Amino acid sequence: MGTDTRTLEALVDREYKWGFVTEIDADAAPKGLNEDIIRLISTKKNEPEFMLEWRLKAYGYWSKLEKEQAEPKWANIKYGPIDYQDIVYYSAPKSKKEGPKSLDEVDPEILRAYEKLGIPLLEQERLAGVAVDAVFDSVSVATTFKEKLAELGIIFCSFSEAVQSYPELVQKYLGSVVPYTDNFFASLNSAVFTDGSFVYVPKGVRCPMELLTYFRINAAETGQFERTLIIADEGAYVSYLEGCTAPIRDKNQLHAAVVELITHDNAEIKYSTVQNWYPGDPETGKGGIYNFVTKRGKCAGVNSKISWTQVETGSAITWKYPSVILQGDNSVGEFYSVALTNHWQQADTGSKMIHIGKNTRSTIIAKGISAGHGQNTYRGQVKILKSAVAARNYTQCDSLLIGDTCGAHTFPYIEVKNSTARMEHEASTSKIGDDQLFYLQQRGLPKEDAVSMIINGFCKQVFRKLPMEFAVEAQKLLSVSLEGSVG
Amino acid sequence: MLEIKNLHVKVENHEILKGVNLKVNAGEVHSIMGPNGSGKSTLAQVLARRETFQVTQGEVLFNGKDLLAMKPEEAACEGLFMAFQYPVEISGISNAYFLRAALNAIRKYRGQEEMDAMDFLPFYKEKMKLLEVDERFMTRSVNEGSSGGEKKRNEILQMALLEPKLAILDETDSGLDIDALKIVANGVNAMRRSDRATIVVTHYQRLLNYIVPDFVHVLVDGRIAKSGGKELALALEEKGYAWVEAEGHTAAVAV
Repeated sequence: MGTDTRTLEALVDREYKWGFVTEIDADAAPKGLNEDIIRLISTKKNEPEFMLEWRLKAYGYWSKLEKEQAEPKWANIKYGPIDYQDIVYYSAPKSKKEGPKSLDEVDPEILRAYEKLGIPLLEQERLAGVAVDAVFDSVSVATTFKEKLAELGIIFCSFSEAVQSYPELVQKYLGSVVPYTDNFFASLNSAVFTDGSFVYVPKGVRCPMELLTYFRINAAETGQFERTLIIADEGAYVSYLEGCTAPIRDKNQLHAAVVELITHDNAEIKYSTVQNWYPGDPETGKGGIYNFVTKRGKCAGVNSKISWTQVETGSAITWKYPSVILQGDNSVGEFYSVALTNHWQQADTGSKMIHIGKNTRSTIIAKGISAGHGQNTYRGQVKILKSAVAARNYTQCDSLLIGDTCGAHTFPYIEVKNSTARMEHEASTSKIGDDQLFYLQQRGLPKEDAVSMIINGFCKQVFRKLPMEFAVEAQKLLSVSLEGSVG
Repeated sequence: MLEIKNLHVKVENHEILKGVNLKVNAGEVHSIMGPNGSGKSTLAQVLARRETFQVTQGEVLFNGKDLLAMKPEEAACEGLFMAFQYPVEISGISNAYFLRAALNAIRKYRGQEEMDAMDFLPFYKEKMKLLEVDERFMTRSVNEGSSGGEKKRNEILQMALLEPKLAILDETDSGLDIDALKIVANGVNAMRRSDRATIVVTHYQRLLNYIVPDFVHVLVDGRIAKSGGKELALALEEKGYAWVEAEGHTAAVAV
């Protein structure tokens, strides 16, 4: 009995591959948070008045929450108190006042860092059909293919740039899905966010390429607070990919991002994430990223669709519930997720589907994999409001356990206020069995390959939803993250 | 091909095999029969290198190599195949994907070039025809939602494709109707060659009407109590295992 458990555990053990630190001079604010810091951020970013006002309101709200100790504690995760005054809220790579105009102007250290991560930032990416808006320590260093997109009227730029160039769009949509009063971490983000991505796809335009952003947390003790806003106007379509890795750090790094998606009539947004932040020391769990993210989309228009796909293998703690507000009649919300917790990782993740419009449909497929001492929680809420005539939801959450020291937990909440709703919920828990491993090995597959195969089979429904090249990357990531859990 | 010498095997302090001796040469088909609990399946699984069993004594040579030192995948790559009594389901993985991965793992081990999908598919389809399996089967998840008979047929299909040197069929006949039994037997017989050997583990004589063995061994209480030709299986069918058990008992007393 014990052999296979040990084998499984060994496969989960592998050193974090992306652990390196790039040496760049950082232009950083002093530690701590107060109104002056907010003003400093806003000034540094040369923001219009409305932004500063919004930030200050958010800060005021957050301070109140902090005094009331309203940091959410309901999630099934454990961590020590966070000292919000011990965080640097602004840090930018030292560079020219204006952003680099080409890759030649980008700090070679940064380029090397991206190369190590295998990010195609060079000319090949045109062939790959990918435009990159790279967020490096809160400031965008390079944006490519903008012109090509601009021809179609698509705006794809850093959030800072959007604030400068398209303030009316930012003002109209910022906080329209996730208001600064939404939750503790969203408030904090609203007050201090330094950058992120902005996408606007105009009426009737199908974005011809996948938009891709890589985030990295680099400077020590810098909390990173990205803000992403994606708007698909009537009949528009866009697929957006987000992928992350981070260097090894001794100290926990708070990461509280906010992503807002808006679809108008007949529009569709597909948002895919592969997340691989430093999960902490394999032995002690020390030093990993706290990933406390608020992601929400609003299907504002009729027949619109928002689809979230995520593969979460990193971070010490993950707290995120990509959600969809189904406001437009006949709108569709989807959530496909693979969350892996190994060693001492904890994840409390799932989705919320809020049905408001008629004939709205939602699907939740959540796959949790736990190994080592990992704790994996699915938490989902499906809410059918009175107005949502003939709404439908299908939820499936499956847990896979590797070894006998990990845990899987499921908390589905269902609230139905309209009797015409149709709800389905399926759940399963399984263990990678000695039987399965022996079977695959007897056919000639080494144990590690056997485990990968079982896991890939388990995750197939989700991988199928990822764009091709991301699916390949995600499969690799899973086997890398689980290497050593069997051995 | 295979030489088992004085094999003793324990599971959780319970001795199941108590000194098994068996020699299988290339080109031969051996059948191992015996009552429930006699250790037939244990023997098959130990040979396939299942780790839950503890070998306390003895030696097994497979083509001159120490089989007991091999991991299951090494034994497989060396050419040992076991058709499972209870084939396992692998959700989300198609038969074609799984088999190609297995075949390529074995080819890699042997220093052969891996087979790409273009070469693999015709090869797979040919074997499917032999086992009378519908082509749609390729894209189905491994054994998921299959009936007992379909699973057993899939085992033989895999065997036909992986072309092992030594095939061990662990109660492949259980759960098969007569038509399926014939198809499976045809598949096994098609594999018979002077450089291959087969061990058929079964409770009933029925399968041996179709896969005719060169030798029959009766396993009783962890030892081979009687060996003979194919007529031994018929005698067993007629007289039951109690006959051999009684005889083995007398023999033990006589010693």
